Amino acid sequence: MTAIAGTIPSTAASPLHRRLAQGKTLPILIVLAALLAIWYAFTVYLNAPWQIDAYERAGTEWTATDLVRDTMAQERPVLPSPHQVVAEIWQTTVGTRLTSKRNLFYHAWITLSSTLLGFALGTALGILLAVGIVHNRAMDKSVMPWVIASQTIPILAIAPMIIVVLNAIGLSGLLPKALISTYLSFFPIVVGMVKGFRSPEAIQLDLMRTYNASGRQTFFKLRWPAALPYLFTSMKVAVAISLVGAIVGELPTGAVSGLGARLLAGSYYGQTVQIWSALFMAAALAAVLVGIVGLAQRLALARMGGRS
Amino acid sequence: MNWTIAGALAFWAGAWALNERLSRLEPRSPAAKRALGLLVPAIFGITLLVVWEGAVRGFDISPVLLPPPSAIWARLVSAVPILWADFQQTFLKAVLIGYAIGCGSGFLVAIAIDRSPFLQRGLLPLGNFVSALPIIGVAPIMVMWFGFDWPSKAAVVIIMTFFPMLVNTVQGLASSSAIDRDLMRTYAASYRQTLFKLRLPAAAPFIFNALKINSTLALIGAIVAEFFGTPITGMGFRISTEVGRMNLDMVWAEIAVAALAGSLFYGLVALTERAVTFWHPSIRGG
Repeated sequence: MTAIAGTIPSTAASPLHRRLAQGKTLPILIVLAALLAIWYAFTVYLNAPWQIDAYERAGTEWTATDLVRDTMAQERPVLPSPHQVVAEIWQTTVGTRLTSKRNLFYHAWITLSSTLLGFALGTALGILLAVGIVHNRAMDKSVMPWVIASQTIPILAIAPMIIVVLNAIGLSGLLPKALISTYLSFFPIVVGMVKGFRSPEAIQLDLMRTYNASGRQTFFKLRWPAALPYLFTSMKVAVAISLVGAIVGELPTGAVSGLGARLLAGSYYGQTVQIWSALFMAAALAAVLVGIVGLAQRLALARMGGRS
Repeated sequence: MNWTIAGALAFWAGAWALNERLSRLEPRSPAAKRALGLLVPAIFGITLLVVWEGAVRGFDISPVLLPPPSAIWARLVSAVPILWADFQQTFLKAVLIGYAIGCGSGFLVAIAIDRSPFLQRGLLPLGNFVSALPIIGVAPIMVMWFGFDWPSKAAVVIIMTFFPMLVNTVQGLASSSAIDRDLMRTYAASYRQTLFKLRLPAAAPFIFNALKINSTLALIGAIVAEFFGTPITGMGFRISTEVGRMNLDMVWAEIAVAALAGSLFYGLVALTERAVTFWHPSIRGG
């Protein structure tokens, strides 16, 4: 910071300078750099025993520099170095044909398609349930506790069974995986939307009554707009767990494609670099999905005149 | 349409009508209110089970696809020793140990970050970002590092529970109002006194929120991590092997145990919260 402050006269505090001093960018970058350094240190530390063992078996002389260089370039490291992971991602995304089974984008697309389908179904189901719960007392009293209880079933743990059962009734491919995402993602939507539909205050509902508004008009002109901020917040959570659901849904099916399948195959054959690159791809996918929902939120709320 | 299905449907219609009536009641005494609040979802749940049983028998669904609740219950009672061993392996070791270490370290790191605004600005966005990632994917790596037994599952649980705790605690520590902090200053309270007398109590609702989120995350994390290699016990192991052997009643019994354990765990955290944050408006009611 002092170096930057030295180059720019402090009287002319440029916006860039101010952003660096008070914003989040610089701290994040520094923390990331620190994490990267720690990662490199651990790469050497964790891979060293195997490497030293290999040297001794080969009977070669080695120095600390050799050790550092070789621990970062092992075939099946305990912890791959960051640049190995980046190289693997580069090679499997840009370096191979898009249609090839070895391409990571292909696997990401398989996972993404079931994520999106499950997320769409889950959002629709969640909103419908929330509408029912808000407008019907019996449903509120009886369904709501069970919506909460439904989430106590560790659905991710029974994903294999669901896929097997759905296969037996002739459902295979995309839909079973998407249904797991649906089951996971409808819950935050229901909870958020029930809260959102109930967020209009009594005085606003009374105003609707004085206008002699029908139930439908009250819903579309008051409850729905009031619930939108809640919807987007819930959707951020829902899209993230939809992705987890899709990935776990790929584990037990013996699926040969998808990020979950890459993780499993990597762990079977000890291909650590492959596991890490699949993990980073999944992380990037999650970031993009949450980012898209956030963008939609800003656009929608801006059109409604809100300040997001 | 045979009689079993018709009976199940009739039962469902009757229960629905009963629930409609019950939810319209306005009981005066708090005890009656509470009883009603339990009765309505209980009726709904029993209805579900009856319809399930009726559908399985009526449509003649093979027990390989969907066993009826009665068969699951019979298996649950007969396989208590196996279920108990799995429960010990997964829940008492992996989940509880991982949960304690994960939440504890998340909490301590949050307090450490709290003293440095720079670290707050750098770590919080990252913590928020990591919370949205499919962390469960680190399970194969943890199995490689820590072996097949419960430590590798506990490691997954630690990583999964750490970030929600970190983010929530930092938010909670910032939630005390300026006027309260000013009051502490006028008392010449030290950092430590302010922390223990004002800011940690103010953060309690946030911390308990994280504890509740983590109680469900921990169980799921441990069970899924068991898909990547286990010794021959554990809930995840049992589920994946019994699916392969088509013993679905055993799988469902295991699911029932997991659901029960998860609910009790969550309930325990919620009860502790009521006891600790009795002063909070959301609990005081008003």
